[in-house]
Amino acid sequence: MPNFDLDNVTLRDVNSALHEVDMKATGDWTISNPRGTHALAAGVDAPLKITIDGSVGYYCAGMNKHAEITINGSAGVGLAENMMSGSVRVKGDASQSAGATAHGGLLVIEGNASARCGISLKGANIIVKGNVGHMSCFMAQAGNLVVLGDAGDALGDSLYEAKIFVRGKVKSLGADCIEKEMTLENAKLLQSLLDAAGIDDCKPEEFRRYGSARQLYNFKIDNVLAY
Amino acid sequence: MCGIVGLFMKDHSLEPDFGVLFAEMLETMTERGPDSAGFAVYRDGNPDEVKLVLRPTSGGGVSELCEDLESNIPSIAEAVTRHTHLLVRLPRKNLFDLHNYLANHAPEVEVISSGERMELYKEVGLAADISREFGLPRMTATHGVGHTRMATESAVTTEGAHPFTTAPDQCLVHNGSLSNHNNLRRMLMKNGQTFRTRNDSEVAAGYISWRMKGNEGLGQALEHTLDDLDGFFTFVVGTANGFGVLRDPIACKPAVMAQTDQYVAFGSEYRALAHLPGIGNAEVWEPEPAKVYFWERQHA
Repeated sequence: MPNFDLDNVTLRDVNSALHEVDMKATGDWTISNPRGTHALAAGVDAPLKITIDGSVGYYCAGMNKHAEITINGSAGVGLAENMMSGSVRVKGDASQSAGATAHGGLLVIEGNASARCGISLKGANIIVKGNVGHMSCFMAQAGNLVVLGDAGDALGDSLYEAKIFVRGKVKSLGADCIEKEMTLENAKLLQSLLDAAGIDDCKPEEFRRYGSARQLYNFKIDNVLAY
Repeated sequence: MCGIVGLFMKDHSLEPDFGVLFAEMLETMTERGPDSAGFAVYRDGNPDEVKLVLRPTSGGGVSELCEDLESNIPSIAEAVTRHTHLLVRLPRKNLFDLHNYLANHAPEVEVISSGERMELYKEVGLAADISREFGLPRMTATHGVGHTRMATESAVTTEGAHPFTTAPDQCLVHNGSLSNHNNLRRMLMKNGQTFRTRNDSEVAAGYISWRMKGNEGLGQALEHTLDDLDGFFTFVVGTANGFGVLRDPIACKPAVMAQTDQYVAFGSEYRALAHLPGIGNAEVWEPEPAKVYFWERQHA
């Protein structure tokens, strides 16, 4: 069980060691004293279990593939950005652009996420126990954002096909984002996401669903003639 | 880029540690701003006295200025050379003597700051060098703000380094860039504010000073910047007895805050706060966009 203390080794040492493991390697890794350092555990490509004790800086767990990463602290900008698979869980808050462009995997934020959570989301699932800031899911293309708290201004602005579920208040919806019917199929999906995140104290019927009205340029069939 | 930091001691017993803690905050932000660095610290003050920080911009050095002033202005109570700056303390009633002397005999000397409690030091170069040269780690203070600059809107000079001060005991550091600073500067100049540079952040400082001169509190003055300033900004503003924080409505520039029973701290990144005592159990949060935060001491 490798244990790295960032008070004694460099960030490069830790990330290199994580990148050198066999793609099928398993095992529990712990990293202590991150002290807000950037790009920690970015680019991992193996089904490792990684626990980070403390708060991290920018782009932690970016591009993650297969690994299960837990942060016992808060995270800076771009947590799990462009994640491909696996899971990332932060016990505290996440700063801006958490889960940006993430293609797959599960991101759980136990505290609040600030602005632009899930910006340009491409297929991952994001569950936020607290609130999300403004412009969350901006131009999100696929995947799901579940917010147990409130959402800030311009939620889902210029949305494509991602689904957004919010339990609390939405300060305002962005361009082309509308409230949509919560179908039985949606409720089942939402329940499966809550289950995946280990949340058992709320029900799908407490949420409202938001999605794209499909009225912007790219949704107009007439514009196909431009090509 | 640019890095900004602020530290406000709620617990007086921590004031002797201010310099060491604050110097590390500033140095940690070097990567965000390697062009210049500066800091304003709020230290002991006497209501009957004024502290000025002076900088010779040409001619003789700072030690010559020190000798010159001490021999020609007998009312000077203390003059301390700090790197390229000279800290002078004198009775408020004799302030005119000093200004008069500088105007007539040493017009090349820039008055970096003035105030009852504030001392401001800034220079071109890396934060670690600037901190060491000015002796920041040894400074006891109640609060302070600091900045590491990556220049965008004006030249890499000492004048263009932050913090900017536009009134006694008031200063501002800024991460971002303003787009309507020229218009605003003209408006403020018509209303009696003076500016030393073409820098956008100095305009923000001048705007807040102008508002506070109109008897607004720091919180109100910061609220008004949301109406009148256009651009990207995270501001940290220092006054004689407090400091305030404000981010633009889209939160373009990063900010993290931490609070314990002992202090309130601000950093562009969490890294700048990671060494503070009790940070593991501190309340740590990201200030919301367009929301004014400020802390003031009840007894300065």
